[in-house]
Amino acid sequence: MKQPLEDHVATLAAVQERPATPSAPRRMTLNMGPQHPSTHGVLRIVIELEGETIVRAEPDIGFLHTGIEKQCEAINWAQVVTLTDRVDYLSNIGNNLVYALTVEKLLQMEIPPKAQWMRVMLAEIDRLNSHLVWLGTHALDIGAMSMFFYCFREREDILRLKEMFSGQRMMTSYIRPGGLALDAPRGWEKAVGKFIKQFPSKVDEYENLLDNNPIWKIRTQGVGYISLEDMLDLGVTGPMIRGAGVALDVRKTEPYSSYDKFNFKVATQTSNDVYGRYRVRLEEMRESAKIIVQAMEGMPEGPYQADAPHVVLPDREKMKTQMESLIYHFKIVTEGYRVPAGEAYVAVESPRGEIAYYAVSDGTAKPYRLHMRTPSFANLIALPTLLEGTLIADSIASLGSMDFVLGDTDR
Amino acid sequence: MNYPGILETKQALGETTLIADPAHIVSLCRDLKHKENFLRLDTVTAVDWHPTEDPRFEVVYHLHSLGANPQVKVESRRLRVKCRISGTNPEIDSVTSVWRAANWYEREVFDMFGIGFRNHPNLTRILMPLDWEGHPLRKDYPVHGYKYSYAKD
Repeated sequence: MKQPLEDHVATLAAVQERPATPSAPRRMTLNMGPQHPSTHGVLRIVIELEGETIVRAEPDIGFLHTGIEKQCEAINWAQVVTLTDRVDYLSNIGNNLVYALTVEKLLQMEIPPKAQWMRVMLAEIDRLNSHLVWLGTHALDIGAMSMFFYCFREREDILRLKEMFSGQRMMTSYIRPGGLALDAPRGWEKAVGKFIKQFPSKVDEYENLLDNNPIWKIRTQGVGYISLEDMLDLGVTGPMIRGAGVALDVRKTEPYSSYDKFNFKVATQTSNDVYGRYRVRLEEMRESAKIIVQAMEGMPEGPYQADAPHVVLPDREKMKTQMESLIYHFKIVTEGYRVPAGEAYVAVESPRGEIAYYAVSDGTAKPYRLHMRTPSFANLIALPTLLEGTLIADSIASLGSMDFVLGDTDR
Repeated sequence: MNYPGILETKQALGETTLIADPAHIVSLCRDLKHKENFLRLDTVTAVDWHPTEDPRFEVVYHLHSLGANPQVKVESRRLRVKCRISGTNPEIDSVTSVWRAANWYEREVFDMFGIGFRNHPNLTRILMPLDWEGHPLRKDYPVHGYKYSYAKD
């Protein structure tokens, strides 16, 4: 049996014993992670250094692998929703949404407008949540500590909103195939309205705090460059590629869940560095706030779930008084619903980039195969290209600008 | 689309699927990238049809085109390419020479399904530990089970 740890120790010893000659500078192997605070999770990067320059960076992932794709094959289509929450735990509503859209595509189901608009609103609230966590922790990594407290102040409001809608602060499972889990709670307009009214001024506050800080600018401008050709070849999406001037945003290019009825801009920058990605995310927060206001003002009336009794759980009151609803309830809860055989691939724009689910059904009540194309995994492929040739001190800024979540990477 | 290596073209639920010959996958992908503008490889995965179907594995590639000039206007187009390969000693050519993005996805497929990729630069396990036995996403691999016993002998 192989013993990776002993192999690794031997390699380290061999590297350190190598004599230092002027012609071949001594290389140092640096093991960054899996407990390094700025990897935001359990990412290990084996870095080879020549002086302070990174000559090789090899990410090592899989520490958070929980076998979600395998578990999905053992439970029915309705139960999978709770697992999708746990893939990307900072934007779980985006994951719920892409799963619901995939199953609905296989079922060829129409979703009522109110549910679609509610989904858009919640997905944007979730984007704010994710970007706030990113901004707070990224600024903390670079040394602007107070940003963390400001961002988490607003994030707390968002978590309260999520709790108001679904009863859960993080693992909401609120968007389900067929519509939403529950109708919107009483007084949601007031709560969301209060939050979104003051939010744009908070974004201005963040911008003032960071853009008037010369250290922030020095540490981010011109750092973390990666060419557009490399990014396309390596499959990078999201704010990274928008920071290089390509308006690749699934919300605009393939509108889902009636995003085509909303008026918003795709934020792009051309500087292609850490600062540019920060500007893209800041603009996205402003655009998200606009979308939330539009969704609130134009929220259609009507049902929040599709009229599909074989998929959507019946109303509690009906279940207790009507025989037919009771039978449907029993069938859905005990054996689940059957999804027609076929395959579907649906992509949506998560805060980190394009997230896509590929579902294969064999006509039974359980997914035959569910593959998750997660943006963090795809973006991390570019990590060696991003880091190699740069300074070790800039690696923290470059890493942070990718905004990966290790749960999303390892699944 | 008519390139060497395409066996069949299917349309379902608004998605296009090409069934391709595994022997020609690299040349087909190169044609799709350079002549049809599929600059991005979205993902590579596999489906195990054990024990109902033969050949057992289906390797699935999802491609994404951003149009002719993505910096001016993004025109999104998606395509799925599938290859059927046999269950005994499953192997297919790696497409890392076409898109570098394939590197990690092919390692994942190797890790989870035990499908080998010829000419891959670094075909090792990516998510599971290096000394793991078995390939978890195969249908004959159990969902539950204990590899180690904690009971006192």
